[in-house]
Amino acid sequence: MGVETIRKPADTRVAVKPAFDLALRMGDNALILAQRNAAWCGHAPALEEDIALANVALDLIGQAKLWLGYAGELEGEGRSADDLAFLRDGREFRNVLLVETPNGDFGQTTMRQWLYDSWHHFMLEGLKASSDERIVEIAEKSAKEVAYHLERSTDLVIRLGDGTDESHKRMQDALDYLWPFARELDVADDADRAIAAAGIGPDLASVAEKALAYRSEALSQATLTAPTDAVPRKGGKAGVHSEAFGFMLAEMQVLQRTHPGVKW
Amino acid sequence: MSEHKRKEWPLWEVFVRGQHGLSHRHVGSLHAPDAEMAINNARDVYTRRSEGVSLWVVPADAITATSPGDKEPLFEPANDKVYRHPTFYDIPDEIGHM
Amino acid sequence: MYAQKVESTGARPKSLDEMDPQERAFQERIDANIKIEPKEWMPEGYRKTLIRQISQHAHSEIVGQLPEGNWITRAPTLDRKAILLAKVQDEAGHGLYLYCAAETLGVTRDQLTEQLLSGKAKYSSIFNYPTLTWADIGAIGWLVDGAAIMNQVPLQRCSYGPYSRAMIRVCKEESFHQRQGYDIMMVLSKGSEEQRAMAQDALNRWWWPSLMMFGPSDAESVHSAQSMAWGIKQDSNDDLRQKFVDQTVPQAEYLGLKVPDDDIVWNEAKNDGKGGYDFGEVNWDEFFDVLAGNGPCNAERLGARVKAWEDGAWFRDGLMAHADKQAARKIAA
Repeated sequence: MGVETIRKPADTRVAVKPAFDLALRMGDNALILAQRNAAWCGHAPALEEDIALANVALDLIGQAKLWLGYAGELEGEGRSADDLAFLRDGREFRNVLLVETPNGDFGQTTMRQWLYDSWHHFMLEGLKASSDERIVEIAEKSAKEVAYHLERSTDLVIRLGDGTDESHKRMQDALDYLWPFARELDVADDADRAIAAAGIGPDLASVAEKALAYRSEALSQATLTAPTDAVPRKGGKAGVHSEAFGFMLAEMQVLQRTHPGVKW
Repeated sequence: MSEHKRKEWPLWEVFVRGQHGLSHRHVGSLHAPDAEMAINNARDVYTRRSEGVSLWVVPADAITATSPGDKEPLFEPANDKVYRHPTFYDIPDEIGHM
Repeated sequence: MYAQKVESTGARPKSLDEMDPQERAFQERIDANIKIEPKEWMPEGYRKTLIRQISQHAHSEIVGQLPEGNWITRAPTLDRKAILLAKVQDEAGHGLYLYCAAETLGVTRDQLTEQLLSGKAKYSSIFNYPTLTWADIGAIGWLVDGAAIMNQVPLQRCSYGPYSRAMIRVCKEESFHQRQGYDIMMVLSKGSEEQRAMAQDALNRWWWPSLMMFGPSDAESVHSAQSMAWGIKQDSNDDLRQKFVDQTVPQAEYLGLKVPDDDIVWNEAKNDGKGGYDFGEVNWDEFFDVLAGNGPCNAERLGARVKAWEDGAWFRDGLMAHADKQAARKIAA
């Protein structure tokens, strides 16, 4: 990233890097989760679900555009949201591993969405108090959409957890598999600490606490049990992704990579 | 497909209030396991283009309708009651809007 | 069209004199452009033909999600990705509206789905062709949606109320579908040499299948005559096809692309002297072959729908079971 070299007035230079990091992380999470969800279009278990999940993906693509567009501006090297989405290599992406996990069955996709929503919602609440006005704007717009994402995914997790034996088992399996990945959202790295220190974003521990309380309540209604001894599966924030991620990017970026520099 | 007959999600009729102050209007139907999910599905299916401010869902089988044969006795008497229609009355222009 | 070969009763339409009083009253209402609504008396043939037509239309929307859906994960920009996703999502919505319209005639959506998945019900032949490049997404929007709209606009006036209302909603929502396709074609045809070639190749591959969408000539068809008498089909297949060619050839010229038919020539005498294009003969053997299941993607398309349905059974059942439990708890409380 070229951010370190940006020439800005002394009083803003400090906050530019954390704001860029924050925008990139939020944008990459939204983009990659949207990309995963969008693959269900035409293949979901019921027409109503097909439409609903596409709505979530559409919201997330819109959010990714805003976050990545702002990241590009902060970087100041003329990169657009599309440049950031389609012309970076895997090691440069900053999304958490959770959002890139494969779709699995529809239960796994639902559980992944819920784990992200239940963090995303409280994260955006925190970002509404950011010292950066643009971040506040994007957070406020996104929060309205995400409040509904969370309502819907929570409802599905409770219903499927407390549904049939089979749906219960599938949701418990999905929770066991994904819970360690969700913990990457809670573990602050240096960039997260700089973001919080600059007043750009909330302290991740406080977000984690709210998310955990929310999840516990829903899981008890869902008759599901979160693993207690899960070691965080992390790496995405540092650009160390899963093997599956490379294939996903190859697919997503194929046209821009094959035909560089043209309009679409 | 399935060996045993699975239970199909019931059908719901969806009504949308397009703007504040207007009545709910029937826009279509959908399937959902229960009322809460029907509301969520209705939001996703029928207000994708921000068409509404309020939603109703009603189980399709809970609607009692006039049977087509009733048409004459139920609706025709009203046709005589032209006095229920504002245009029945001639109000002089000087009175202004009424 | 989306319902390409809908069999009706197989008999020529009856004249009013041949009908019993009930059927005559029904036909007179249709002739007077009064909509037929669910639960009103209707001839059994009308009901069955409508179920076939509406469900074929619905199946086509659902299967039609697949060829374009292929490219959602590969769309070249964030805007194109959002537009394509919204469009394919609309197709799911349109399938949903149409199934609901069919359900007012006394079938359930699950029954119609089973007919599709067992191969018993038909869907439009067009969706059995593969989407090989990004330009195919442009060509489908421009040509396939263009052809579909041509058929769907008159269906807004069809005699059956729920179908007519579903089509009004579909047409309103679809207005952007053809335009986004043509927009892709405009960008590609003004783009790099590879992009231009991609656009021309897509036109070459989608042109003839698009003309087939209108179905074979039905000038002599008793099925069509009956459907027209019932007000569930407005125009002949040949008329719509001619209209489509007349509209589309100049659009291709504007793009600087060549329609893959050497027989295309302007004919002043056509369309009652208003002029129109002569064009070559559609390869109907190919059409019937694709309809019979031998198109390039028939097995894949149906396979994808069967997989979605079977893999999703536990999900649908789980939600239903929860709803039943909740209802029981409410009664117990």
